[in-house]
Amino acid sequence: MIRSQVLICGGTGCTSSGSQQIQEAFEVELEKNELQDEIKLVRTGCFGLCELGPVVIVYPDGTFYSRVTVEDVTEIVSEHLLKGRRVERLVYDDHGKAKADQKYVVCNADEGDPGAFMDRSVLEGDPHSVIEAMAICGYACGCTKGYVYVRAEYPIAVKRLGIAIEQAREYGLLGKNIFDSGFDFDLEIRLGAGAFVCGEETALMTSIEGNRGEPRPRPPFPAVKGLFGKPTVENNVETFANIPQIILRGAEWFASMGTEKSKGTKVFALGGKINHTGLVEIPMGTTLEHIVYDIGGGIPNGKKFKAAQTGGPSGGCIPASLIDTEVDYDNLTAIGCMMGSGGLIVMDEDTCMVDMAKFFLEFTVDESCGKCTPCRVGTKRLLELLDKITEGKGTMEDLDRIEDLCNYIKTNSLCGLGQTAPNPVLATLKFFREEYVAHVKDKKCPAGVCKDLLTFTIDPDKCIGCGLCARNCPVDAIAKTDYVAPRHKRPSYRIDSEKCIKCGACMSNCKFKAISKQ
Amino acid sequence: MKSLAELQAIKNRMKDKVVLRDGMEGVRVVVGMATCGIAAGARPVLNAFVEGVNKENLESKVSVTQTGCIGICQYEPVVEVFEAGKEKVTYVKMNPEKAQEVIEKHLKGGQVVSDYTIGAVTA
Repeated sequence: MIRSQVLICGGTGCTSSGSQQIQEAFEVELEKNELQDEIKLVRTGCFGLCELGPVVIVYPDGTFYSRVTVEDVTEIVSEHLLKGRRVERLVYDDHGKAKADQKYVVCNADEGDPGAFMDRSVLEGDPHSVIEAMAICGYACGCTKGYVYVRAEYPIAVKRLGIAIEQAREYGLLGKNIFDSGFDFDLEIRLGAGAFVCGEETALMTSIEGNRGEPRPRPPFPAVKGLFGKPTVENNVETFANIPQIILRGAEWFASMGTEKSKGTKVFALGGKINHTGLVEIPMGTTLEHIVYDIGGGIPNGKKFKAAQTGGPSGGCIPASLIDTEVDYDNLTAIGCMMGSGGLIVMDEDTCMVDMAKFFLEFTVDESCGKCTPCRVGTKRLLELLDKITEGKGTMEDLDRIEDLCNYIKTNSLCGLGQTAPNPVLATLKFFREEYVAHVKDKKCPAGVCKDLLTFTIDPDKCIGCGLCARNCPVDAIAKTDYVAPRHKRPSYRIDSEKCIKCGACMSNCKFKAISKQ
Repeated sequence: MKSLAELQAIKNRMKDKVVLRDGMEGVRVVVGMATCGIAAGARPVLNAFVEGVNKENLESKVSVTQTGCIGICQYEPVVEVFEAGKEKVTYVKMNPEKAQEVIEKHLKGGQVVSDYTIGAVTA
């Protein structure tokens, strides 16, 4: 009677990693132990987990052995098939827990979004909270070693974090056998060398390992195979900084703030055209209107709110029509935005949305690591299309091509940098399509930003002929005319649009508001 | 360490070995010394407070400390004055001269210099 079946994978993957030899070894071992009438060997098709091959499954209990070697066969036969004890070290575990001798905690403090500095403030103001949380995380996950990856552009944060780690070691809060609890945990700082892509989790780990900071494909995810090939848990500074407070005050306290699906608070770096530039920590679900007008103090010089860019170069914009949006993860995703790390840049009516999208795209073109083609070449081509539009050479077909290219880059890039790089373009195309159309069809920049589409003109009836504009013109494009306005004594001036470089020096110097741009 | 009770025991055993921060009584002058503050000139302000407090022999009553980013980077250097039982006073856009005045009128005289507070600047 057959009491047990041993399934050996016979797919191409496992065969090439040696399952044939394993089958032969099983045959020898079974015969040696006279088990051939009780245990049946079955060569199967592919299990699909070729990465973990050669795969051996023992029924009826369904034990799943992975990466079996010929040497392991004797042990499986003598321990499992004869004594009924599974060979635990060979059993495949979802998270690689059973096999890991070392696991890591990593704190991502490579805050690279333009205009965002939430993590910096935490590391400068309270680095202890991060150290404590990483130790807690290490205890919970069974890690004894942690790394904080900070960008070198934050010298004060690096210095203070270093002091805090040193103090923690002196107090015995880090190191071997913390407070005689039998738990070891230590932290090290790693400095980023200024690459934006190192904020991406896999690129960050590659950089800590000492290699060039390039992302790698997932799976395997960091929880299975992360830093130095070991299971790794990676979190942001802000996430870690919340942990001690949640443990001290309880999960209910944290969950009492925020919305149905996004709990707690979020720190935003408010910047751009806003009165109170700085950091704000608000409960999730606060409306954008409240953030901009009440907390941020509104827009300077009484200008109108046009849009807010969230999530830096990976995010999208929220137009004025959606200013009552309650800011949380789901609502932002629903309107094609993303919260990202928490940068919030406010734009007023003087901002050209095409120019804004171009600015962020220039950033991603610069920061693309170049490993995958959609991001390396795609973003560059996308930028060229946007350039064409801001120069007034775009066509309506270009708008469709931009959209196609955006979607292509989004779906085909290797890591988060490329997958999110077209977001600013897509969001502005969605909410401010008429501005793109104005650039293409009317050859006008409605906000008066794109230089190639501007003309500066002097109203001859307002010009008193003081000549201040001509003296300040860097290219001598302004000259006196013969026309004298009825109320004035001196002849007015005129701008030669052929020579004009659209620097705007004349307009800012004119005391009589006689110069206009459109 | 396997249970909460064990953790509590470790806490009690180790409590005395970790010196807790004291000096929370009296008046606390806190200067924002994050990147934003330092860039706006918080260091001379901090020095002015430390020297001024020493000169006026206020050390027993007033402690001067640093902190991180307070959030209103636009208004740095920011100085906060905490006094038990009283509302916190936030001075914004400080400089050493203004610091001198705050020491003279507020720390010595108990009179808030309302010209320099955040309410006066943003109103």
